[in-house]
Amino acid sequence: MNNEFEQQIAQLQARIGKMEAGTKDQLSMVVFSGDLDKILAAMIIATGAAAYDMQVKMFFTFWGTAALRDPKKTGKGKNFMSKMFGKMLPKGAGKVKLSKMNMCGMGTSMIKSIMKKNHVASLEEMFKTAGELGIVIHICEMSMNLMGFKREEMIDYPNLDVCGVATFLADAAESKIQLFI
Amino acid sequence: MTTEELKNLTSNKVVDARGTACPGPLLAAKKAVGEIGSGEILEIYSADEGTKVDIPKWCQKMGHEFLGIVEEDSYTRLFMKKA
Repeated sequence: MNNEFEQQIAQLQARIGKMEAGTKDQLSMVVFSGDLDKILAAMIIATGAAAYDMQVKMFFTFWGTAALRDPKKTGKGKNFMSKMFGKMLPKGAGKVKLSKMNMCGMGTSMIKSIMKKNHVASLEEMFKTAGELGIVIHICEMSMNLMGFKREEMIDYPNLDVCGVATFLADAAESKIQLFI
Repeated sequence: MTTEELKNLTSNKVVDARGTACPGPLLAAKKAVGEIGSGEILEIYSADEGTKVDIPKWCQKMGHEFLGIVEEDSYTRLFMKKA
């Protein structure tokens, strides 16, 4: 009888150990959107999570990648289509627009001045804070290829890597929280 | 702690986050808490309403002791003890 109990306890301990090893105090985020409002929300959640000592990993894909361009840098060896895309897409976090009420840029500049008045950090400042907090940024390689962006035109950021969906999935699988923005 | 007790408390560190909105005060608190020792008292100034709810929640999760708030005219003083 005792032996059976001991066996069951050992089995349960092994299962709990496995479960605990599976989830880290980690937040994984997909930043798909390239809108000012949505990226701002993503950055606020990310930095907030970092205040909780959570490891934060942000996977920037599709429209989101444009926010990571450095306005002072240019990519080399682009073809015609890539150049066109490069012209049409916002060049960096300072150029992304509101998802609603943009009104030819009027809404965006209005919200930026309201943000300033309310002491809300700008996207550029948020990226700087995120870097200081050790937040990891992954950029989807496929999206960069589609948009025609080059690694050398992306912002200087301490923890920035170009990778694929497998990296996101590996991170997300061991995270307590996963978000798609 | 009562407001009177808090007012008489000597903080080991004061961080002024009145110039920032969410998540500024929280990030300021996190940074400052890393600069004080265990059992020491941190005081945060915030003009952001949400901070009054956020900091106690954060303290609870991080294991720090939230001591209370003192309301000033245009801002709040929040007191916490590092675990």
